[in-house]
Amino acid sequence: MNVGALPPARMRRLTDMTTFYAILMDGMIYASWLFLVAAGLTVIYGVMRILNMAHGSFYAIGAYSAASLVGWYFSSNGEANPYWSYAILVGCALLAGLVVGFVIEQGLLRFMYKRNELLMVIVTYALLLILEDATKLVFGVDPYFTYQPYSLLGRSMIGELAFANYDLALVGASVVVGGLCWFVLNRTHTGKVLRAVIHDREIAVAMGVNVRLMFAGTFIVGTTLGALAGALTAPSISVSPGIGVEVIVLAFAVVVVGGLGSIEGAVVGALLVGLTRSMAVHLAPEIELFVIYGVMSLVLAVRPQGLFGRTVARKI
Amino acid sequence: MTYIDRTGLWLIATAAILVAGAFVLPHWLTFILTLALAKALVVQGVVVQMRAGLVSFGQGLFFCVGGYAIGLGGNLLGIHDAFALLALGLVASVGLAAVIGLLMTRYRDIFFAMLSLALSMILFGVLVKSQTLGSTDGFNVHGVSYLGVTFDGANQKIAVYILTVVVSCACALFLYRSQHAGIGRVCEAIRENEIRVEYLGLSPRWILYAQYLVAAAVSALGGGLTALATGHIDPEMAFWTTSGEFVFIALLGGTMHVAAPFVAAVLFAFVRTYAIEFTPHTWQMILGLVLLGIIIFLPKGLWSLVSRNRRVKA
Amino acid sequence: MSTPILETKGLCRSFGAVIAAKDINVRIEAGEVVGVIGSNGAGKTTFINMVTGYLPPSSGDIRFEGHTLIGKAPRKIIRMGMARSFQVAQLFPELSVLENMLIALVAAESPRPSFLNPVSTPARLRQADEILTEFGVERFRDSLVSAVPQGARKLIDIAMALIGTPRMLLLDEPTSGVSVEEKFPLMDTVMRAVRHHGVTVLFVEHDMEIVERYVSRVLAFYSGEIISDGIPAQVFADNRVRELVIGHGHGAPASEKSRSKA
Repeated sequence: MNVGALPPARMRRLTDMTTFYAILMDGMIYASWLFLVAAGLTVIYGVMRILNMAHGSFYAIGAYSAASLVGWYFSSNGEANPYWSYAILVGCALLAGLVVGFVIEQGLLRFMYKRNELLMVIVTYALLLILEDATKLVFGVDPYFTYQPYSLLGRSMIGELAFANYDLALVGASVVVGGLCWFVLNRTHTGKVLRAVIHDREIAVAMGVNVRLMFAGTFIVGTTLGALAGALTAPSISVSPGIGVEVIVLAFAVVVVGGLGSIEGAVVGALLVGLTRSMAVHLAPEIELFVIYGVMSLVLAVRPQGLFGRTVARKI
Repeated sequence: MTYIDRTGLWLIATAAILVAGAFVLPHWLTFILTLALAKALVVQGVVVQMRAGLVSFGQGLFFCVGGYAIGLGGNLLGIHDAFALLALGLVASVGLAAVIGLLMTRYRDIFFAMLSLALSMILFGVLVKSQTLGSTDGFNVHGVSYLGVTFDGANQKIAVYILTVVVSCACALFLYRSQHAGIGRVCEAIRENEIRVEYLGLSPRWILYAQYLVAAAVSALGGGLTALATGHIDPEMAFWTTSGEFVFIALLGGTMHVAAPFVAAVLFAFVRTYAIEFTPHTWQMILGLVLLGIIIFLPKGLWSLVSRNRRVKA
Repeated sequence: MSTPILETKGLCRSFGAVIAAKDINVRIEAGEVVGVIGSNGAGKTTFINMVTGYLPPSSGDIRFEGHTLIGKAPRKIIRMGMARSFQVAQLFPELSVLENMLIALVAAESPRPSFLNPVSTPARLRQADEILTEFGVERFRDSLVSAVPQGARKLIDIAMALIGTPRMLLLDEPTSGVSVEEKFPLMDTVMRAVRHHGVTVLFVEHDMEIVERYVSRVLAFYSGEIISDGIPAQVFADNRVRELVIGHGHGAPASEKSRSKA
């Protein structure tokens, strides 16, 4: 799976210590990317109890719109300041997420909030199928390459290892996104209300919380986070059909490991999956894909609610 | 108590007509039917679990095991008989299910869906990275014989077609009986209220485990027949979108009647053939829209149209 | 002295800081009809849940006909000859009443349901119809459970529990959620069936009129302890019971109670 956030496996023989640093750094970079991808998914599940399969499509939409617009920016005005492309990346993601999230929530999901969780998985699966083709119709099936924002930042040496500065910036971006999510949830009034909804939807409704508004807002924020992850990834990959379908399963793995609906869980899940995968890439490349789902299955087997999840016993 | 009732006779009669069709129908048509029926067997596996309230987003796992058994049995073990190869897939698949079923039966709802998805993706990950298992491209299946007889090109296709019809009919008869036997009814009861099932003195886990094995068995047969028909296997069989397609067909047909998955799979195959030809980039969109339509307007699947009419007549 | 049908020794259970059972010692002989009273949160349902294996006790022993029930799953306990009903009827809502009965009949025959033998045989249909008639709910035979009124659902729930021919039946608030006019007919039906099958009964009940009319013995629970145990007249005369139990429960409408418990 080519997700690009990870530099290619190094060809030269490395000392043990260097391998260790490489695993650590690559793992951190990959984990940051995983967190960006999974954050929106876990936010939506936490508040709305919807395990959103279409999240992969939001990622793809973000990536496509960013790649096409940044590509157009560089090709149409060669004189322009290349650093504006970062603003375009982020701006694209925000706009795409806002529009797509709003349309889907208002046009479809709000009519289905009474349905059970499993059925909602299937509803969002239908959405994924629709959005996959919609993306193809809008952006075509040829891949987009938008390497400029990636190469513009250059590389730096950490010890004996070279890293793309863009990848390091990705770590920063994920810290910012995680920090913002945490701040909103724990330090603002809206966050307090959201936590009430997460804790007990019925009581929250009884206390006069406008759950419909909260749901709409949450879904749009979740969609935007997905689109942002796609937009930020776009410069380091070839944006082509199928990226959303690949990404969604990774995002599932992360949130399931951490505990569905928990931001802290997504952080820990991303780190666990990221570091394990990085270890596999460096030490035993043939089990790279295996380990991601292996970690997920193992955590589910031991702790089905995930590392940070809660269980509720049924009353009879 | 008769062992074959009216529905049973209908199934056998339909199978007989389909077998006779082998000598009349054009080859492209029998080929589409072969693939559709084989796929329907995997869908039966999904449906059996759906009746118990479980949605497997990873039935491709057993589909893939069944398919790879055909390829690997020939390449590595030197088995070339189609029946032996199908049996090999069946045993491998049920054996695997017997182990992971212990884990799977502890989960319900989205957790079952996610874990089944993860497990099939593990197999996908292993196959993609393993050179001996053919890596991303998979490999071709050839030199298969049928009880000592080998067929050339077109006749081989007819042989697989007839085999598929016969296996499908046998599975349908069994699944029909089990749906109306204790195990099938109790599965519905588990879907409705697992605690009450426990308080009737039954073990929901044991029943779900048994059905999990049945689902794995029919799915493996579907995978094996698909491999025999196309002569090719690749890791895509275990990729989650393949499993998603099985869930789609299961919802299309609904869980009410054993014939529904077959009808839905055939319908699916034909619509797909034309849709991909005329509008290659809207096929999935059509699927998605149809799926939403089913969820909103026909929650019991297309079969509810048929049975609703019948009830009105009666 | 003969072996009691149900005996608990030093039964304890707490949920965090809440003590739901504190050193409960009970001996119930075969043939008794025992009523359990107590205000909300006194530990009545917890007691039934522990006896039927839904909740493990923190400590203590439970014996059914001399065999311990500790560590046994509910289905094992059911197979030993115990049965229970639920405060909120636990049925299969999207199946018909008849199908609910048939499933209970199949379950009673064997713990391993058949893969091949059809469920609806003439014999089972006849049995199901007999039971539905015995409980006076035969007119709902072909309706979905979700379309059946509350009172009838409670009866169906109890009928299903009795299908396994248990020797002891635990009823969790059989009349909660049932209208005032329906509650006595319901209890008459249940008690007739229970006597017919020779089953020992223990039931949790808020309604003192019901308790007075049907039981031979009363256990009064208060915050996880049994504060009084004896014939109804004696228990109802107890000052602590009058102050702590009856003062709370008696006279409040049934619907309010069921809502606060749900």
